Order: sequence, then C-alpha cells, then structure tokens
Amino acid sequence: MSDVTVSPFPEGLWSQPAVATSGIAAIDGVEPVKSIRTPARLDYTYTAGISQSRFLRGMAEGKLLGERCPKCGKVYVPSRGACPVDGIPTEEVVELPSVGTVVSFCVVNVEFTGRGIEIPYASALVVPDGADLAVFGLIQEIPHDQVRMGMRVEAKWKDPADWETSFENIEWWRPNGEPDAAYESYQEHV
Amino acid sequence: MSESDVLSAPLVVEYPFTRTVGPVQSAFFTGLREGVLVGVRMVDGGVMCPPVEYDPRTSEPLTELVEVGAAGEVTSWAWVSEPRTGNPLSTPFAWALIRLDGADTAMLHAVDAGSVDAMSTGMRVRVRWADEREGAITDIACFEPETAP
Repeated sequence: MSDVTVSPFPEGLWSQPAVATSGIAAIDGVEPVKSIRTPARLDYTYTAGISQSRFLRGMAEGKLLGERCPKCGKVYVPSRGACPVDGIPTEEVVELPSVGTVVSFCVVNVEFTGRGIEIPYASALVVPDGADLAVFGLIQEIPHDQVRMGMRVEAKWKDPADWETSFENIEWWRPNGEPDAAYESYQEHV
Repeated sequence: MSESDVLSAPLVVEYPFTRTVGPVQSAFFTGLREGVLVGVRMVDGGVMCPPVEYDPRTSEPLTELVEVGAAGEVTSWAWVSEPRTGNPLSTPFAWALIRLDGADTAMLHAVDAGSVDAMSTGMRVRVRWADEREGAITDIACFEPETAP
C-alpha cells in the first residue's frame, strides 16, 4: 500500500484521505457539502393516567394537588397513583399551597433548544409545604447566584385566563420573603 | 374517574443532530446537489455507490471518485402499502435496492411505481430529482420506472 495524502485537521476539513473531484465536472470547484442534518424524532402520545389527570385538572383551576398514602401518610405531588414505599393506591387528594422550599438547584449555563430563557438561570427542586416530594421548577426574580438550599419560594402562576391542564401554568418560582428554612426541616429531601 | 377522563397529549422527543460527512460522502452529497451520482472505485476495480471511505475487503483508503448513471436496476424491493410520517412518498411505494449503471453495489431508495404490480426485481428505474436540492439524500425525491407503468 502506497502513502496517501491526508488532509490535516483543522486546516483541511477532515482527517480522512483527501479525494480528487477533478474527474467529475459537476462537483469540481463547487462549494462542498460539509455536513448533513440527521434528526432523530419520536412522536408519542403521552397518556397521563387517572392520578396525573387529577393533578393536571387541578392545575387548570390553579390548584397544586398531591395525594396521600393511607399507610405512611406521605403526600406525593404529582402523584403517580400509588405509594412507592407501601405499594398501595393514594386516593386522598390533598390541596397544597404553592409555597415551598428549595432543596436542590443547578445553575444552567447552556442554552437548550426551544427553552427561550436567558442564561444563566437556576432550575430547582422545590418541596411544597405539606408535601413529601419535590417538584421541578425554574427560579426567577432573584439573581441566579443568590439561589440557595432552604430558600423559601412561591409559585408564579400564569394569568388565570391562560390556565390549561398543564404543569406549565406555574411559570416559575420566586422568593416569597420568608426567612430560609432550617436544614433539619428539609434534610430528608437532599 | 372513567377512562374518558384520562388526559393525553402529544409528546415529541427530537434530537436535531447535524453531522459532518467526511471527504468521500461530501463528494456524494455535493453530487446530489449538483444533480450527478458519485461512487468510489474499490481496490478490486469495482465501483461502490453510495461511496465509502475505506475498501470493504482490504480496508485501504478509497480516493478515486467515479460518476455513475442516474438510472439502474432494482435488485431487491419491499412494498409499503401504508406510508408513514417521514417516508419519502405519501402514496404507496417500494423501498428498493437499486444498482445504478456503472456501479457494482446497490443503494437504498424509494421507487414510485404506482402499484405493487408494477414492481419486479430487475426492473429499470431512474432518478426523479427533488425540485430544490441542498446536498442531502432527499435531493433524490425517489426513483421511477424507466418505462411508464
């Protein structure tokens, strides 16, 4: 096998052997195609199930609904319809205040397609008062570098005219002015 | 709560990948944009289309590009009676392996034959180019029988 010409990277476009296009007039000297789009797309229909449908209908009325386990008493939000510890249905619906405590957060520095939020911003897990499970949310109306564990926040709801059966009715969470919660009060969720 | 009370909604998971193509496939896709089909000569003298970067038998780099014909022969096919989202055609068509004139290997594409009865192994088909070409496999709208069905 004889030596082959290898175009150096990055001055050359690729680290693979260079090819001669001079034999084919149509592609000789024209701007070469460098990349192709190969999107992978999966179209699903998501069925929420009975318990999450209850939760989403609550959202459409501006209510944050959890469900309590009749055995251990824990309140899950949004509930999947059963207690993961005791394996029994959670049928008692509990209306929760849309006020809670930040138990974990991360500062996002990379823009996601379609999110449309100015970076950097903070995403957080918020445990609503009276709940035993955290919900995922965006933290706004405070500089991202001041977001902290234990911070007390309230939901910023959309205009009621725009409420749908969607968790997106809560646009973000923002400080509600209360002093930070003591670590012991939320350590179970860290 | 009855079954009809259960909510459902569309959920789309999409990864908008873009990938670089390398010099050999670049020639192939550039050829599509310019309306020619490009293959590559293998070590044994045969021609592969679509081209690959390395010889399938010896693994040596392949660098000699060869123009092949815009028509060829169906070597294998499967009829699609109910086209799906994302298929090249919205009416029933055949997925086919097509060995283009001057090539020794076949490429996969769609054949718009109108009816399954018009399909046969060994039939002659020709490229139908897309109206607007950008350097992608979709620059070939499909293949169609050389003689009208």
